[in-house]
Amino acid sequence: MALLGRTPVAPLEYSRTLWMRLWVGAVMIFLYAPLIVLMIFSFNDSKRNVVWRGFTTKYYEKAMANDALVEALVNSLTIAALATIASLVLGAVAAVMLWRFRFPLKGAVDGTISLPIIVPEICLGVAFLMFFAAVDWPTDLAWPFNLGAITIAHITFCFPFVTMVVRSRLASFNREQEEAAKDLGATEWQVFRDVLIPHIKPALVAGALLSFTLSLDDFVITYFTSGPDTITFPVKVYSMVRFSVTPEVNAASTLLIILTVVLTFIALKLQGVKAIAETH
Amino acid sequence: MAEQDWKASKTSFAAVSVPTLLWVVIFFIVPMAIVWLYSFGENRGLTEIAISGTLDNYKRATEWLYLTIFGKSFAVAALVTLICLIVGFSVAMAITFASEKWRPWLLLGIMLPFWTNLLIRTYALMMLLGTQGFANKGLGALWEGTSWIKTLVGLQPLPTWEPVQLLFNNFAVVFGLVYVHLPFMVLPLYAALDRLDRSLIEASLDLGAGHFRTIMRIVVPLAAPGIVAGVMITLIPALGAYLTPDLMGGTDSQMIANVIERQFKKANDWPFGAALSFLLIYAMFALIAIQSMRRKVPEVH
Amino acid sequence: MTDAPKPIIQIQNVTKRFGKMTAVDNVSLDINAGEFFVLLGPSGCGKTTLLRMIAGFELPTEGRILIDGQNMAGIPPNKRPVNMVFQSYAVFPHMSVADNVAYGLKIAGVKGREVQDRVTEALELVKLGGFETRMPDQMSGGQRQRVALARSLVMRPKVLLLDEPLSALDAKLRAQMQFELSELQEKVGITFVTVTHDQDEALSMACRIGVINKGEVAQLATPSDLYEYPANRFVADFVGSVNIFEGKLTLDEPDRAAVDCPGLGKVYLNHGVTGPHGADIWVALRPEKIYLHVPGEGKAVKAAAQDAPDGYNFARGRIKGMSYLGDITLFEIELETGARIRVSRPNLSRRDQEDFTWDDKVSMHWRADSPVVLLG
Repeated sequence: MALLGRTPVAPLEYSRTLWMRLWVGAVMIFLYAPLIVLMIFSFNDSKRNVVWRGFTTKYYEKAMANDALVEALVNSLTIAALATIASLVLGAVAAVMLWRFRFPLKGAVDGTISLPIIVPEICLGVAFLMFFAAVDWPTDLAWPFNLGAITIAHITFCFPFVTMVVRSRLASFNREQEEAAKDLGATEWQVFRDVLIPHIKPALVAGALLSFTLSLDDFVITYFTSGPDTITFPVKVYSMVRFSVTPEVNAASTLLIILTVVLTFIALKLQGVKAIAETH
Repeated sequence: MAEQDWKASKTSFAAVSVPTLLWVVIFFIVPMAIVWLYSFGENRGLTEIAISGTLDNYKRATEWLYLTIFGKSFAVAALVTLICLIVGFSVAMAITFASEKWRPWLLLGIMLPFWTNLLIRTYALMMLLGTQGFANKGLGALWEGTSWIKTLVGLQPLPTWEPVQLLFNNFAVVFGLVYVHLPFMVLPLYAALDRLDRSLIEASLDLGAGHFRTIMRIVVPLAAPGIVAGVMITLIPALGAYLTPDLMGGTDSQMIANVIERQFKKANDWPFGAALSFLLIYAMFALIAIQSMRRKVPEVH
Repeated sequence: MTDAPKPIIQIQNVTKRFGKMTAVDNVSLDINAGEFFVLLGPSGCGKTTLLRMIAGFELPTEGRILIDGQNMAGIPPNKRPVNMVFQSYAVFPHMSVADNVAYGLKIAGVKGREVQDRVTEALELVKLGGFETRMPDQMSGGQRQRVALARSLVMRPKVLLLDEPLSALDAKLRAQMQFELSELQEKVGITFVTVTHDQDEALSMACRIGVINKGEVAQLATPSDLYEYPANRFVADFVGSVNIFEGKLTLDEPDRAAVDCPGLGKVYLNHGVTGPHGADIWVALRPEKIYLHVPGEGKAVKAAAQDAPDGYNFARGRIKGMSYLGDITLFEIELETGARIRVSRPNLSRRDQEDFTWDDKVSMHWRADSPVVLLG
């Protein structure tokens, strides 16, 4: 999009008018400037963030040497991976249930499954805090079992998103494909495996990406469910930001931003931009 | 598409329904029920809570202090939603009508922040807005520039630039929430606008309407489902926002989620926190109920 | 008509490029006031782009468009004295029929009673009287199209543009709407410019047709001229069905000519061609202009054929395919040269289709004024 078009602007080419371009450009700067500044200053050779004092990677080394931070990152990735797998299975199964069957109280079940999306994070966090306290959930298990409580909480708020995405994909499923497969001799299970799963695959990829980032992103719910031995990355960063701004946070954040970008690009390679956009 | 009656194939139905229902009941309904029960409880001793059926917690929640916090949370969330709607709508329009080549990249540009960690984004914004941050430096440079121009034309220069406090106040909370939630608004708006038949817009122009009237009379009514979705998707999390007011707000920028958090992490008053949580949930339900009452826009295919 | 036709739309050297693709290539044509003009062409030929440039939704890369003598450059669609009926109809789904039709009037500043009167009048014109309060989703596709028509006609535009108006209708309704549109055009006297890829539609409705191919005007003519005197192979092939044979001009005099076609043999014409001898040209022959008979009964005809160009052209072959279509039967015949030719034969009596069958030897003849010589 060259700033000034060569040909005159046709009526519907709103985005080709100059003021619209400046506006979109301004919004993009608004969205990206903070992140870019953060990434640049993670290489700044200064304790304070504001003045550029030369290039260094020492804060990356420091962040890598910070055992608590690394442990938090490992915890976060482990939880995200576990929660994603479980959410995919649970979410897909729930979507198939709601799409395929007619059963009593269906409306209520449908509504309840999507409730975790709507209930504010803080309330879910509080609920899990009280729940795990009430059932005396063991807190002294060995790694990775000590992450169980957080993982359970994450699955609960991730899988409804998978259900939502898979369900909208299922709506476009042509039942005749299923009938054709059966006509050619497939059993229920073979139909599910050979016809239905390939059809919902894009939604599963999108759902996996969504779960993974939601889990990795979550601070509030984790904040209420994590104990001293089960700090996740956002919780760790939160305490670092809260108590002292250290350039290590910049370095660690930059790494996480890059991870996000890489994940997004992998998803794009697999799906294309449009498919990902449509999952929202 | 005909749905199958569950009785017709009980094994298949059991295979898909039992795991889902078990999970939802044990790890969602039970925890929520505990909160609900505790909201009618009272503290007995340091760790012991008795569910006595008292309404004291709710009574306390209606005290002036908490009412103002509720009101303020609503006001902040509404303001954030409004700003996001205005900014997001124009951006969504720009994306919808961008060329085939640019549209995916603009969409990606909106989505990447959406995928990026919320805490990191908030932290990045704080860095920029601090008294020593770039936002202040930029404003300072503008100030100096104006001052210089004034001296140039023979007027008194402006007084020396004092860094403004952009952080730890209500402005910062609104700014931060807009920053965080803007992508949430743009994506559903884009989805709705993209579905819109362009010839409807062209027909309106063809019949003599200008662009502004076309947007107000044709685009907005037809994109209403997307607008409502965008508003809800922004308003609900903004109302329950914890992190942004906590990190970017000042002492007077508490929102309801911060009060709830305090009951659990500091004040150790679980029953009262539970009551506040449920009041917040009821508020969400009310919003959703209002939303679902709106008139359905007929669609023609 | 005594006056010379007055052009209401003048398209002058208009070119439209989308990136590297040229959609419309240096087109010039005039559309006369009060005529029913059809832009005909295959999909992607640029005809819709041309229509949208008249409406103002696309801007010409080069050239200019004048409406009623006024240059339209820089004039947005909402200020142009033309209105459009969209292919998807673009009826506003959130407004009632009356609100749809009144939309443009209200913007134009028409007030109160007059709006109502004109809406009623327009709806009656398209036979939708009494549908005022209906919502578009309660109407059929055909009815929505009438709403779109009324919505445009109520504006009393100088030109009404219709983009593939009948493409979404089923066959029966389409035939009916063809008549109704022609009738309506005569009644309101507004210039209609229609875009279509359907030749039947074009032939049945148009006063004049502009055939567009690859962004250029292939021919501009009345329907019958287009069919009987196509200007080139594209038009001959696109409008109706045709047999085309390549050949060389061997005889060219003012009142007769002969073309030697390797596929068909010598073709005689009873008029001159005005082309260089020996040049590559093409002969187009419509299937319905070829008479078919069993070889024996053709003797007299063969005698006549010797006297060409005044008599008849003659050929022999074997039936390789036939399809019975009710009113006519189509034959695919392999000529003695090995080339194939399509012939159609009207079934004038009930048992006509039994006259011929597969592998029958047949002979054919056609009048010396039937073939069309094409130079390009």
